Amino acid sequence: MAEDVTADLLRRIQDLLDSVDLDSIGREDFLAARYDAGLAWVRFPVGFGGLAMPAEYQPLVETRFQEAGAPGQLPGRNGIGRGMAAPTIAAVGTDAQRTRLLRPLWTGAEEYCQLFSEPGAGSDLAAVATRAVRDGDTWIVNGQKVWTSSAHTARRAILVARTDIDAPKHRGLTYFICDMTDPGIDVRPLRQITGEAEFNEVFLTDVRIPDTDRIGAVGEGWRVATLTLNNERVAIGGGVPREQGMIGKVAQMWREHPELRDPAMHDQLMAYWVEAEVARLAAERLGQRLAAGQPGPEGSAMKLTFARLAQAISGFEVQLAGADGLRYDDWTMRRPDSVDFTGRGPGYRYLRAKGNSIEGGTSEILRNLIAERVLGLPPEQRVDKDVSWKDVRR
Amino acid sequence: MTTVEMLDTDTEQQLRAAVRKLLSQRVEPRWLAAGYDGPTDRGPLWRALTGEIGVAGLLVAEQHGGAGAGMREAAVVAEEIGRTLAPVPFLASAVVATVALARAGDHDLLTRLASGESTAAVATSFAAVDVRPAVTVEPSGLTGAITTVAGVEMADVILVAAKAADGIELHAVTPGRGVTITTGPSLDMTRPISDVVLAAAPSRRIEVPDAIDALNRGLRAGAVALAGEQVGVARWCFDTTLQYVKQRVQFGRPIGSFQAIKHRLADLWVEINQAEAAARYAADVLGRDHSDSDIATAVAQSYCGTVAVHAAEECVQLHGGIGMTWEHPAHLYLNRAKADELAFGNPYQHRSRLAGLVDLPPR
Repeated sequence: MAEDVTADLLRRIQDLLDSVDLDSIGREDFLAARYDAGLAWVRFPVGFGGLAMPAEYQPLVETRFQEAGAPGQLPGRNGIGRGMAAPTIAAVGTDAQRTRLLRPLWTGAEEYCQLFSEPGAGSDLAAVATRAVRDGDTWIVNGQKVWTSSAHTARRAILVARTDIDAPKHRGLTYFICDMTDPGIDVRPLRQITGEAEFNEVFLTDVRIPDTDRIGAVGEGWRVATLTLNNERVAIGGGVPREQGMIGKVAQMWREHPELRDPAMHDQLMAYWVEAEVARLAAERLGQRLAAGQPGPEGSAMKLTFARLAQAISGFEVQLAGADGLRYDDWTMRRPDSVDFTGRGPGYRYLRAKGNSIEGGTSEILRNLIAERVLGLPPEQRVDKDVSWKDVRR
Repeated sequence: MTTVEMLDTDTEQQLRAAVRKLLSQRVEPRWLAAGYDGPTDRGPLWRALTGEIGVAGLLVAEQHGGAGAGMREAAVVAEEIGRTLAPVPFLASAVVATVALARAGDHDLLTRLASGESTAAVATSFAAVDVRPAVTVEPSGLTGAITTVAGVEMADVILVAAKAADGIELHAVTPGRGVTITTGPSLDMTRPISDVVLAAAPSRRIEVPDAIDALNRGLRAGAVALAGEQVGVARWCFDTTLQYVKQRVQFGRPIGSFQAIKHRLADLWVEINQAEAAARYAADVLGRDHSDSDIATAVAQSYCGTVAVHAAEECVQLHGGIGMTWEHPAHLYLNRAKADELAFGNPYQHRSRLAGLVDLPPR
């Protein structure tokens, strides 16, 4: 990082801090001021929350504001908006879309959810069957989406819908921003194995989307969506400090409860500790490699490891808990506002971790991705690749 | 914990390229395999590495004729040695013995080691986590037996921890009178182990405040460089296997198009990247004498050995029948990986050690 650039950035941060009263300003107002000063996402273009700087300057900005005690994003909220919608709108959206959407997204005034997966389009995301049919300046959307977290609280959604049934599956999709207050949107909680409903099913019946809310060209939806999927994988697999996450929970239990200790479990604990630590170091290494560039398939490796360890260690934790491992904190059906993989009790953590190898790309798909994109191994046979979508078996 | 540069620096890249070029020209699997059937002359290779690139002086200060480089560079060299299985005493002499002698401040000997004029080995088992003296200082000379020592068959200086009346002393012994070195068959003949018997062997005492500490520092540096070597072994196994599954055809398709094989290789690739990160971090923090280095060393040695063995085992398995033949070099890497897994203590021992360092007591 160049010294004069850093100095200029620090000055801008200080100017902003000097211009507000941190004791009285609300979170949303402060975040809005950050956006207007180009200090939201520094890598974004000037005028759209950024300063067109390399992404590697972002941590410095976050640290500075944190040190100053400034309000930040609500943790665990609007992950889809910040991690997927924002970079996509910034990269592919028109200036009008950026102007209208990015600021309220950043401040948290408008949260986003993701309308991608469908009952018939899981790993094979390009198989989505939700149809968008053009009617003048508007698109009429009909279909069913699933695994949508925060659909009941989100103001907007990123949506992938089929706009051409004659084209092969990857070429007939289009990417939209969908208004979740449209009367044609029906959100129903989807209860999962943990007992709560973190996700929803979303039924779309004659939902109307103005063409001005289309992101990218008609038929380009797959390319636009893949851009954010890469972001999601990095978000899920990102680096953390030592002894964070599941291993931190287990280490804490081991330290606080000498009566639970057992020699065979001890070696297992240490093996997991080592694995968690090397995964952390590998994430750091990957972060350095990607510092300036775009997220690539290497991010899949982090997610793969994260999921495997979270499942193994949380399973170990239930056993380590001894007889209390037989208990479960609460089966009450709820719709949580945010997700914390390591929140609640060992039973919850164990069950919730099962989703880690499914959401955001199954571990099997990620292994294919690494094998094909990184290692250059021959691709899977794709019998539906060049066939018109309407003729594909489903 | 600390933030470190996890990727090769420019200097490291240049060093890596130089070592790789020299080794690729001089180390050939057939020659390595011949070492299992009888002695081969490994001196010229070591002389080339020390003379042309100066690998023996990396950890020696410039005023004593070395390069004044650090553990990161040593780990890079170890990685390239692992990639080719170069049968040279780099680990034993240029890392373990050199770090111990630097601690002891024997600058004359260090200068000779740095130039490659002399080669040293610490008389301790290659599988030892810590040095345990098995030799006593007698009026007639050093007496005792040390088993499973690596690198000693090529050494002209043997460093010995010897029990004396008032504590442990560090001695230098020259092979010859009173010294018997027996190099029998070893699992890994690219780095054979020897048993050393001292019977009233003449020696020179090296003054050092704490002989055990000096030698253990050598072993610790060896463990960190070994992690680099293990990454190199794993990389060769992985690259070779990846190439093979792309060209080997069965059922009318390259076998690398089957998910059973793709997924195994994807997992292995992830493991090797993690091993590389662990090895690099350990080398960096040890080189800076950072407070995290004991933890980093234990982590690297708990992990990298297992990954190298896994890579070598996958190499044998995914080559099918050819991987089981003497003709294919896979077995040379398997033996090296398996022997390396034991070196400086096995992963179980390092995890036990780690437990004490991170406050996770066994009971």
